[in-house]
Amino acid sequence: MNRAIVRRITPNIRTWRSTLKTFCSDTSEKLHGSDGDKAVTDSTDNVPQYDVAIVGGGMVGMALACSLASMPLTKHLNVAIIDSNPALLARDNIKKEDAPDPRVSTVTPATISFFKGMGAWQYVQLHRHAFFDRMQVWDYTGLGYTRYSARDVDKAVLGCVVENKVLQRSLLSCMEDSDVKKKIYPSRLNSMTLHKSSLLSGTDSISSEPSGSLAKLNLSDGDCLYAKLVVGADGSKSHVRKLAGISTTGWKYPQNAIICTVEHTEDNRCAWQRFLRTGPIALLPMGDNYSNIVWTMGPQQAADRRSMNEADFLKAVNDALDDGHGPHPQSERIGDGGILAWLRSDETSSASEHFEVPPRITKLASDRMVFPLSLMHANNYVSKRVVLIGDAAHTVHPLAGQGVNLGFGDANSLSRVIAEGVAVGSDIGEMALLKRYESERKAANIAMMAILDGFQKAYSIDFGPLNVLRAAAFHGVNYISPLKKNIISYASGEQRLPLFT
Amino acid sequence: MASKLLLSQLRNITRPTHHRLINPNFIFPLKNQTLIHSRPYSDAPQPPPVGSKPPPTNADSAPTHKKISSSLNQAELAKFSAIAETWWDAEGPFKPLHVMNPTRLAFIRSTLCRHFGKDPYSAKPFEGLKFVDVGCGGGILSEPLARMGATVTGIDAVEKNINIARLHADLDPGTSSIEYLCTTAETLVEEQRKFDAVLALEVIEHVAEPAEFCKSLSALTVSGGANVISTINRSMRAYATAIVVAEYLLHWLPKGTHEWSSFLTPEELVLILQRASISVQEMAGFVYNPLTGKWSLSDDISVNFIAYGTKNIE
Repeated sequence: MNRAIVRRITPNIRTWRSTLKTFCSDTSEKLHGSDGDKAVTDSTDNVPQYDVAIVGGGMVGMALACSLASMPLTKHLNVAIIDSNPALLARDNIKKEDAPDPRVSTVTPATISFFKGMGAWQYVQLHRHAFFDRMQVWDYTGLGYTRYSARDVDKAVLGCVVENKVLQRSLLSCMEDSDVKKKIYPSRLNSMTLHKSSLLSGTDSISSEPSGSLAKLNLSDGDCLYAKLVVGADGSKSHVRKLAGISTTGWKYPQNAIICTVEHTEDNRCAWQRFLRTGPIALLPMGDNYSNIVWTMGPQQAADRRSMNEADFLKAVNDALDDGHGPHPQSERIGDGGILAWLRSDETSSASEHFEVPPRITKLASDRMVFPLSLMHANNYVSKRVVLIGDAAHTVHPLAGQGVNLGFGDANSLSRVIAEGVAVGSDIGEMALLKRYESERKAANIAMMAILDGFQKAYSIDFGPLNVLRAAAFHGVNYISPLKKNIISYASGEQRLPLFT
Repeated sequence: MASKLLLSQLRNITRPTHHRLINPNFIFPLKNQTLIHSRPYSDAPQPPPVGSKPPPTNADSAPTHKKISSSLNQAELAKFSAIAETWWDAEGPFKPLHVMNPTRLAFIRSTLCRHFGKDPYSAKPFEGLKFVDVGCGGGILSEPLARMGATVTGIDAVEKNINIARLHADLDPGTSSIEYLCTTAETLVEEQRKFDAVLALEVIEHVAEPAEFCKSLSALTVSGGANVISTINRSMRAYATAIVVAEYLLHWLPKGTHEWSSFLTPEELVLILQRASISVQEMAGFVYNPLTGKWSLSDDISVNFIAYGTKNIE
């Protein structure tokens, strides 16, 4: 009989202990998962309080944390990063012999200088990364093409192609080398409440609620924490955005993108993009004779291409880049004399370059991945004590490689606004401060999204007169230097808005 | 700043030289000047004040030096909480003050960091310094100063404000250490308290005797300490903007908040501070851009202006 009683008691004790763990507000139990316990347990009830809680430890979330760590005004802020990705806590490094990951991003010169300012670019340089200084854009009609060169705007590079995991790891290393107080929570966000002051409800004296107006986050493994500012950097399906009740506008594109890494025989320092009937295919150099393919097409075709065997797929890719689907454009120059001679005096160097055929792809070097594409924009970037950055606030079509660069721009802007707030002693979660971030970034993001969406729509229609119009646009951009320089500056992130800056 | 020229001119006038034919004391005979001191005692209705004026009726609700929190009951708490929301409601009737606050703080941070020799890039430059915010109202200035590391004492003669300020300051652990007292500067002087910096923003235009007030401020400052005073200029432009436009047209402030005759010109302020052994070092103006809705610091002191001075070393 004693054994029966013991058997009945032990499961009860286990359930009792687990309820103790989740009931985290007023026990003094030690929080599990605290490595070195860098949290500040300031409050009376042992729930740690942070200044900034970044939900989502992807590239943009880590960029914000790193940027806060690199500025003297914000170095002292306690930052909590909430992400269940085990790679964040893993200490293994990326080895050189690893096959190149197909998930890459093209970082613009503005992002590169953002990274350099934080001191994180030196970590990126330790791994595989590839600068490119030329770009060629054409379409299947073969009626026109445009070549861009970094020398047109007197720069050395147009951009750099880096694997996403390299960017994330570099930012993490940069943060770890600085002495900022941060803690990574390896779990997911369950719910979030704005802690209202409980003056009217309780009979306690006023001073018993030190965290009166902070946001309280409950995590999936039972931890909870307070934060003055919650940053939603958790991607396009942002949970923070849902919890904050921020609605979005947008639509799905009838296209999916298939990405993979390929190998070719010649060295490639040019970014190639050809618009086909179903969507653009882009070839981005990754260094060491590798390149990344981003090929947009309808969902059914994407599924087919993904499942076909390697040889067929490579043939399809080479067709798409070369002269399948349509002829090569002719290398034309505007006449040596005549009406348009005056244009040549101010010509950019790339206008005189001939059309080149992209390198022939010889081998597939990674798996093929397929992602759906959509346009999404959050109607508000901020809410009480909540702010959204990166894909949580906006997603775009990958046709110009701008998506993550907009996110890095958000992180840059938000960290600067937080620094300005700290300088004048504001509460970093107050709406006036956050609205300044929103007004800065909304205009820039919406402008870029509108342009990209315009391109996507313009190139998805196969209609004679429209094709001719697009060809005229190719020619125009190629030969009208101020326009080309403007486009390069805008795409490089050097100017915020396409016009009037 | 352009007003440095003005200040140097003023200094030339006020410096006692025996070669001058005109005795400066006759130009601004402040003690007998009826224009400034003819302001009536609180005829205007008491609005939720931007500053404070000692109203004779309100002094009896609580003993002045006692902390407010322990003697309140739930009904009062409910009432104060309702009002607390408006004081701190950034979109409510105090919106102009909230919008102007970061600009004032930028000036204060820059001048006081220089004065105390602190690193302007530090997050808490005023660590270890004692500040007093005279006429603190709901604590709009006191809280950012506390977040910048200062040990802040906020005083206001209106008890409602002190309660509101205390309630709000307790919400953030960074500001819950602010000492709020329902008292006047003169009482603090009697208690012989001294502070490294004394700030009185948007107060002096509501005070009965500005010269005596400045003397009290000076007495609260340690020798070599700093003073920051902001107010509105007594100019035609200020009448047009701060009274006609702000109170009657845009309804930013309740009617009767300000009396034009109690405004001080920068010259007068410099002189009465001089008499109180405070030398004004810098002055700046606040300018509002109606298109962007933002305030900024400028050399234009014709409407709102702020002055930073140092207490002469005794």
